[in-house]
Amino acid sequence: MAKSHVTMKVNGKPVEALVEPRTLLIHFLREQLNLTGPHIGCDTSHCGACTVDLDGKSVKSCTVFAVQAEGADILTIEGMASPDGTLHVLQEAFREMHGLQCGFCTPGMIMRAYRLLQEIPAPSEEDIRAGIAGNLCRCTGYQNIVKAIQYAAAKINGVPFREAAE
Amino acid sequence: MNETTLTAEQRTERLQGLGCKRKRVEDIRFTQGKGNYVDDLKLPGMLYGDFVRTPYGHARIKNIDASKAKALPGVVAVLTAADLKPLNLHYMPTLAGDVQAVLAEEKVLFQNQEVAFVIAEERYIAADAVELVEVEYEALPVLVDPLKAMAADAPVLREDLKDKTDGAHGKRKHHNHVFNWEIGDREATDMAFKKAEVSIKEHIVYQRVHPCPLETCQCVASFDKVRGELTLWGTFQAPHVIRTVASLISKIPEHKIHVIAPDIGGGFGNKVGAYPGYICSVVASIVTGRPVKWVEDRIENLSATAFARDYHMQTEIAATRDGTVTGLRVYTIADHGAFDACADPSKWPAGFFNIVTGSYDFPAAHVSVDGVYSNKAPGGVAYRCSFRVTEAAYCIERAMDILAQKLGMDPAELRLKNFVRREQFPYQSALGWEYDSGDYHTAMRKVMDAVGYDKLRAEQKARQEAFRRGETRELMGIGVAFFTEIVGAGPSRNCDILGIAMFDSAEIRIHPTGAVIARLGTKSQGQGHETTYAQIIASELGLPADDIAVEEGNTDTAPYGLGTYGSRSTPVSGAATAMAARKIRAKAQMIAAFMLEVHDDDLEWDIDRFRVKGNPEQFKTMKEIAWAAYNRVPPGMEPGLEAVSYYDPPNMTYPFGAYICVVDVDVDTGETKVRRFYALDDCGTRINPMIIEGQIHGGLTEAFGIAMGQEIRYDEAGNVTGPSLMDYFLPTAVETPKWETDWTTTPSPHHPIGAKGVGESPNVGGVPCFANAVNDAFKFLGSTHIAMPHDNWRTWTAAEKLGLHG
Repeated sequence: MAKSHVTMKVNGKPVEALVEPRTLLIHFLREQLNLTGPHIGCDTSHCGACTVDLDGKSVKSCTVFAVQAEGADILTIEGMASPDGTLHVLQEAFREMHGLQCGFCTPGMIMRAYRLLQEIPAPSEEDIRAGIAGNLCRCTGYQNIVKAIQYAAAKINGVPFREAAE
Repeated sequence: MNETTLTAEQRTERLQGLGCKRKRVEDIRFTQGKGNYVDDLKLPGMLYGDFVRTPYGHARIKNIDASKAKALPGVVAVLTAADLKPLNLHYMPTLAGDVQAVLAEEKVLFQNQEVAFVIAEERYIAADAVELVEVEYEALPVLVDPLKAMAADAPVLREDLKDKTDGAHGKRKHHNHVFNWEIGDREATDMAFKKAEVSIKEHIVYQRVHPCPLETCQCVASFDKVRGELTLWGTFQAPHVIRTVASLISKIPEHKIHVIAPDIGGGFGNKVGAYPGYICSVVASIVTGRPVKWVEDRIENLSATAFARDYHMQTEIAATRDGTVTGLRVYTIADHGAFDACADPSKWPAGFFNIVTGSYDFPAAHVSVDGVYSNKAPGGVAYRCSFRVTEAAYCIERAMDILAQKLGMDPAELRLKNFVRREQFPYQSALGWEYDSGDYHTAMRKVMDAVGYDKLRAEQKARQEAFRRGETRELMGIGVAFFTEIVGAGPSRNCDILGIAMFDSAEIRIHPTGAVIARLGTKSQGQGHETTYAQIIASELGLPADDIAVEEGNTDTAPYGLGTYGSRSTPVSGAATAMAARKIRAKAQMIAAFMLEVHDDDLEWDIDRFRVKGNPEQFKTMKEIAWAAYNRVPPGMEPGLEAVSYYDPPNMTYPFGAYICVVDVDVDTGETKVRRFYALDDCGTRINPMIIEGQIHGGLTEAFGIAMGQEIRYDEAGNVTGPSLMDYFLPTAVETPKWETDWTTTPSPHHPIGAKGVGESPNVGGVPCFANAVNDAFKFLGSTHIAMPHDNWRTWTAAEKLGLHG
């Protein structure tokens, strides 16, 4: 199959490559760029394990062709920590609040939470639950994921973290 | 601060041992996208395999033409049964003593069964080539209703077994019969029913569901022709068993097979067994001389690997008029699909279904289970439960509610009246188990107090009156469920898989600096073993958990073990861990005595050190002893400080719990809102309360999914309807209720640290709790049993049948 030339920015670095027009962004990221943080959990765009940030929006990278990302600015879980290795507050929050178990949904979940906190900087619990409804988790029951996002929001906003009333 | 001035509390705290809410070690890599899952593996020259699957539920294969597929550039080979047959690999043995077709030979027996395996240079090319394989079929009559499987005129499904009257578990009484399994005292039970003042009978169905971990099943096989060695990476909950099975099937010596289970994205029972994808990948790698990767997609996962449940349980309870249970009778038809591929211990074809007497003191009980074949996918795995324990808990807990209704008793009161009492433990159940420990009344009463049970019942009564007056269209339901699990399989006297006793293992090595590596025969799929096993060692050996690395999944380095499922890791490998640590401590004591120039009897253990009795200033810390183990051991002693333990548990463990759930049901839409869910779990000694709570949250959410919506359904033509996340209900954060958790602690008397296992409890107790809540909402209108799953349509239909829509 004839290949197309694409250029984009991934985790702050310029990338150029030849891809088949039908190559999904998730396969491009995982197999050509070796960014295996984003995962594949379904065939129907439901699970959100492949979520990345594309030009300021959360997208399921299994539902975008790599050629559609031409010129885009993409952020994956691998680009979340600072270059000096300091973790993003969401990465710290998920560990602190036990917001993960098998870890398979986590990269997508954190990337979605990253964008959600920019869409709604001080979200209510309801906002968070609705905001991550496109990301499935089979292990945690979401309760501690919600808590992790609340913890991160509090830290970003410089307010004390108060655990949601049980 | 030095070792002399630290307080006991400070020394205990820095260990992060038992009872500590230690943050997880695993999270450091997972939160950075640096987990190492099977599909992340990329080997030089790696090929990709993909299956041609049949659209038919039952059909004869007339012809397979792979010529167009083979002609596609990038396609390396197409395997069919004809290629596997000369190697005797077209069938593989199942863990249940049956065989399963690896690639269908003459017939297909369920929709999406594997027919051919395409191997190509790229994933996309393999998928293209699958479309080019032409298979001609002749449709055959389809059997999907297990209750009709043993009819005289039922179609013959398994022609390979047609003339076999003996199965793996005794006589077969029909061509679609797999086994009969019977336990209990039939005569005594019949007598109890004869004398019964009150009895109930209900056909209770636990629908076919699927564990659906977020990562599907997958593997990479790499055969090295020069060395004659096979390396197989895969999503294996039981890597050692996979290695043994691989060796027996392939005839490659076991030491030349390296099975590695890297990080696993959830298992829930889906990743215990062996699947055709593994065999085909291995054969393909041997044939091509290149590594071959196989990754299931979600539709393949839901429709071809490892369903769960599909139990059809005719259930009867006999009782006195005042509500004392006197007998239990359960006759079950178990739909095993096209091949019996259950992952139960070999002597237990119906798993531990005989835990069906639950938490109640039944003087007599009798159970009979008939397994049958059907044109559905094989499996029968324990989806987040010990073997058939969720089916049993659902059965008895629904039946107890139905009995309470008939007696006009409160369901909690009926349970309290019939619980096994604390002083009866160890308790011999009528169906053969010895429950190790429990305190059911305390647990039940604690939950009733916490939710204000009497107040809730009063509110419900008022709301029912308001409903009758037409003031509301909402019904309130209160679900009560109490469960006793049986986990930690298991003692070698009655538990084995393919003849291998179900022990488990731990090997601990202390390095000279006091840092530790521990390797175990189990395999975490999210349970946090790297964190919790280190906590057990930290408490046993007085070395900080942060200095202890835990490794699982590599069969070359880890001691042999049976893997992680049935909540067996803590009861079995956790016990092995403590026992191995105690061997090390015994040697350490002798080294410390030599260093302190005292007799070892003069020493006592104190958190992280041995000290001289009556002279606590004189001590050697474990860290000091570790160093000495490598340079000044007592004369005649071998240097080094390590131990291995293979632990054969004396009994199973019996975690239990009391759950109460409150729901509000809209009779016009069928919508059910969970107002409150309160879960009390008793898993014995608690290793890491944070991880326990997380397990409870997750298990309850899976229970919610099962009870409220999950079903793998087949239509009459054998089509599996909705095997994708479009239809299969995985709760999102929006539907998932908030969970309230609580605990009591009744340590297991036979486990070295008193722990019992917890991961599956919430699924076992959660499902009947939701079901009882929905049923409870309707029972004042004369309804006795509404079947799961309680999705809006079914609930609306139930309301319609009761004439609630005018």
